[in-house]
Amino acid sequence: MKKSVLLTGALALGLTASAAHADPQAEVLHWWTSGGEAASVKVLMDEFAANGGTWTDMPVAGGGGDAAMTALRARVLSGNAPTAVQLKGPSIQEWYEEGAIGNIDDVAKAENWDALLPAAIADHMKCDGAYCAAPVNVHRIDWIWGNSKVLADAGIEPPTTWDEFNAAAEKLKGMGITPLAHGGQAWQDATVFEAVAVGLGGPEFYRKAFVELDMDTLKSDQMKAVFDQMRTMRGYVDDNFSGRDWNLATAMVINGEAAFQIMGDWAKGEFINAGKVPGKDFTCTSPSGGAYLYNVDSFAFFNVDGEDNVAGQKLLAKLVMGGNFQKVFNLNKGSVPARLDVSMDEFEFCGRQSNADLNTAIDQGFLLPSYAHGMALRGAQAGAITDVVTAHFNSDMSSEEAVEALAQAVANSL
Amino acid sequence: MTEWLEKHAPKMVLAPSFIAILVFVYGFIGWTAYVSFTRSKLLPKYDLKGTIQYERLADSPRFEVALTNLAIFGVLFILFATIIGLTLAILLDQKIRTEGPLRTIYLYPMALSFIVTGTAWKWILNPGLGIESVMHDLGWTDFAFNWLVDPNLAIYTVVIAGVWQSSGFVMALFLAGLRSVDNEVIRAAMVDGVSTPRIYMSIIIPSMAPIFLSAFIVLSHLAIKSFDLVIALTGGGPGYATDMPATFMYAMAFSRGDIGQAASSATVMMVIVTAIIVPYLYSELRPRHD
Amino acid sequence: MTDISVNSVSSEKNAARIRLAQRIALRFGLYAMLLVFALYYLMPLFVMLTTSLKSLDEIRTGSLLSLPRDIDFTSWATAWSGACTGIQCDGLQPFFWNSVLLSVPAVFLSTLLGAVNGYVLAQWRFKGSNILFALMLFGCFIPFQVVILPMAIVLGKLQLAGTIGGLVLVHVVYGIGFTTLFFRNFYVTVPQELVKAAKVDGAGFFRIFYSIFLPISPPIIVVTVIWQFTQIWNDFLFGVSFSQAGTQPITVALNNIVNSTTGVKEYNVDMAAAIIAALPTLIVYVVAGKYFIRGLTAGSVKG
Repeated sequence: MKKSVLLTGALALGLTASAAHADPQAEVLHWWTSGGEAASVKVLMDEFAANGGTWTDMPVAGGGGDAAMTALRARVLSGNAPTAVQLKGPSIQEWYEEGAIGNIDDVAKAENWDALLPAAIADHMKCDGAYCAAPVNVHRIDWIWGNSKVLADAGIEPPTTWDEFNAAAEKLKGMGITPLAHGGQAWQDATVFEAVAVGLGGPEFYRKAFVELDMDTLKSDQMKAVFDQMRTMRGYVDDNFSGRDWNLATAMVINGEAAFQIMGDWAKGEFINAGKVPGKDFTCTSPSGGAYLYNVDSFAFFNVDGEDNVAGQKLLAKLVMGGNFQKVFNLNKGSVPARLDVSMDEFEFCGRQSNADLNTAIDQGFLLPSYAHGMALRGAQAGAITDVVTAHFNSDMSSEEAVEALAQAVANSL
Repeated sequence: MTEWLEKHAPKMVLAPSFIAILVFVYGFIGWTAYVSFTRSKLLPKYDLKGTIQYERLADSPRFEVALTNLAIFGVLFILFATIIGLTLAILLDQKIRTEGPLRTIYLYPMALSFIVTGTAWKWILNPGLGIESVMHDLGWTDFAFNWLVDPNLAIYTVVIAGVWQSSGFVMALFLAGLRSVDNEVIRAAMVDGVSTPRIYMSIIIPSMAPIFLSAFIVLSHLAIKSFDLVIALTGGGPGYATDMPATFMYAMAFSRGDIGQAASSATVMMVIVTAIIVPYLYSELRPRHD
Repeated sequence: MTDISVNSVSSEKNAARIRLAQRIALRFGLYAMLLVFALYYLMPLFVMLTTSLKSLDEIRTGSLLSLPRDIDFTSWATAWSGACTGIQCDGLQPFFWNSVLLSVPAVFLSTLLGAVNGYVLAQWRFKGSNILFALMLFGCFIPFQVVILPMAIVLGKLQLAGTIGGLVLVHVVYGIGFTTLFFRNFYVTVPQELVKAAKVDGAGFFRIFYSIFLPISPPIIVVTVIWQFTQIWNDFLFGVSFSQAGTQPITVALNNIVNSTTGVKEYNVDMAAAIIAALPTLIVYVVAGKYFIRGLTAGSVKG
């Protein structure tokens, strides 16, 4: 408050302060509130402070960012947008179209982001061709986590296709072990669903269905097969899966009550916290045949008044893409750096695997946005699909009915 | 001047509140109704686009589930909260020695929000963690209480938690009612040898009609607004089996960026509220000759 | 003859004994029922309290309803001053004061407005005053999710966005309906002759209010303050929508602690934080619960 008064005073006297001289300010809206996540973001705050900036923290957790988005809408409508917002996927462009998002292209040009980022991810960060957001990490969604001991006892190799998964699951079921630890919340159902879709249908099918929303693909026999597999997998979860938090499902795998979990790589943090070693005590494999479903967290920069805030945005953008932050943050968070030139030496087995798969997927054009985590579609369409997926998984709806409902829901949401 | 002030003081005192209500309630309802005729997505837009949002709403199986749930929840919640509240009030009215502590125990849930108690309820109702598992540990292995994870029954667990929160307040209302019933009438009836249950059934309870109405209003307002309860307990699941209009509206407006759809569902909710409340207000406030 | 009289005496004794036994059984059943209900109401609090005192290991391995093996208060300390609610790990403490700062004026103002509104609507009726009352009451029923977006626009225009003042305004506006209802129903029971007599004595509108009505109001003030304080202290939706860094109330901080999406959960800290956040309203109910019933008895329930 005092600072802005001083600044206005300086401006009034004609002592025009250049952006470089205004002390960078940033109010950052995010939903990384748990201990490990907060520690990860704190790295950024420390760097920000070391560069003369003042970070004001505005955390709002809950519902995978729903509560934060409620706050964001209220803030934007009241003309009081935060400086930087944890925002991802097409919603960045959606906010841009509403005229709420600014521009950090000069920072991106100076730091040569185009060369540092995979093209697919860079596109998410651009509004009308100019950078308006900065990526923090790449989470992989289509992982099957397995308990090594349970698998070894059952004589099962970690599955890399859904057929292998089904065979393994049947065997485990026969032995009285829950094959799949799952939490029956809509977003978790959707997470499994998209992993099944990309593994069974391949990258082209996935792209047509969940990026382009091609009606024929949504109603295709291939889609029915995907729902069939979901029905099969419904038989692999325990009775009490409904409403279970994902971390409790992870705990089931850790304790050996269940063999597998299908979840993004934040699940790794739970294993590691329980003292398990990646690649040794637990396995990470992907059933996607070389495809890679990503969920990229990023900070978007909203239109704000005041040179100190603009300076804050520029500094923040630069630091977010800095090599050190990308490494430290992702070591903490379980994801991998978005910029490709960060050394992976300090990462553990599954992290290195993720990075290697990422590079292969880029070369093959198999890098795909996760629909379940808001990377592929806008909220209304993604939500419409999830409604059908979760309704199918939690009832006795047939696959034929499901594809019809899917096509109808998507059409209704457009 | 002072005379004029004196004469108009009542209206002037009322004016600020009334203007606030006019703007912040009726103005906003009007705003919402207007937006429901637009194709607003992430943020509100003001170009009218006809009734498309209502057509979409009519086509939405999820909204249908939400309305059905509101009906089921509303009826059961109001019914059970009233019955339990009344029962507790009558039991407590029997000169119970520990009335003070018991009353506090029954009343305290009203003090807590579901952000506070949601996790505990989720555990208690979860078959793998809560009551069912405890019963199994105690050796009663046939005991089954798995409503929370059954799409067809999950809505009833929402009723259980909802009744837990609100029935204490209803108890307080009825207890207050019982305490203000005319003692003379009751004593006379007792002298005549009328049995206690009969005294309650035919004298005391009928005399508390206004309290039933107050309880109904408080409970129906809680039922229509029930939001935290669902979010904390089931998150609307399994699937969207326990979705309610309030949670539907919230999801559309804030996680899906579909404000037009949210506004139309909100308008439908307001129509339902009006249908329930206006007859009550009319009967309550029509001129009486007393 | 004698036989009969002996019989009748003993049968009378028997009957008395049966009646006594019946009464004891009835009494016993009564207390048993009350106890069962008490358990139902206490269960969630019991789970929260015991969990907050357990270690994480014990939570993972033990039964939900078991008592903690070792009582461990560290999670309470963490929740109050060390849990991470974002980057800052200062626990609930700073947010607690935000909640106090916003609920005290909001409760005071909405109660005051409710009192004067109720006074007018009960004792100074004018043409259309019942309709005004009905319109205000209807405001109680508006689902709060509906008002967030237009409210945000208005708060922005009033330059109140993100401030405690803005939150106070919101809570006062949506509290008036209920507070007016409480006071109006309470004041309606005061005979109109009293006001008439005071008028004859030359007392004016305000004088009658503070010399006649205010002194009899404590019971209903208790009810209103409890009701409003509970609503405002527990509010999350307005708190999360209309606050910014530095003005977030305790429920938002609690939500940040218990509701992280992709982080590791510490259930004992979650539960301790939940109880701490609920403590002020709990204390109000425990301490003032008696007056709450009394206040309701005093007339607010007479519709």
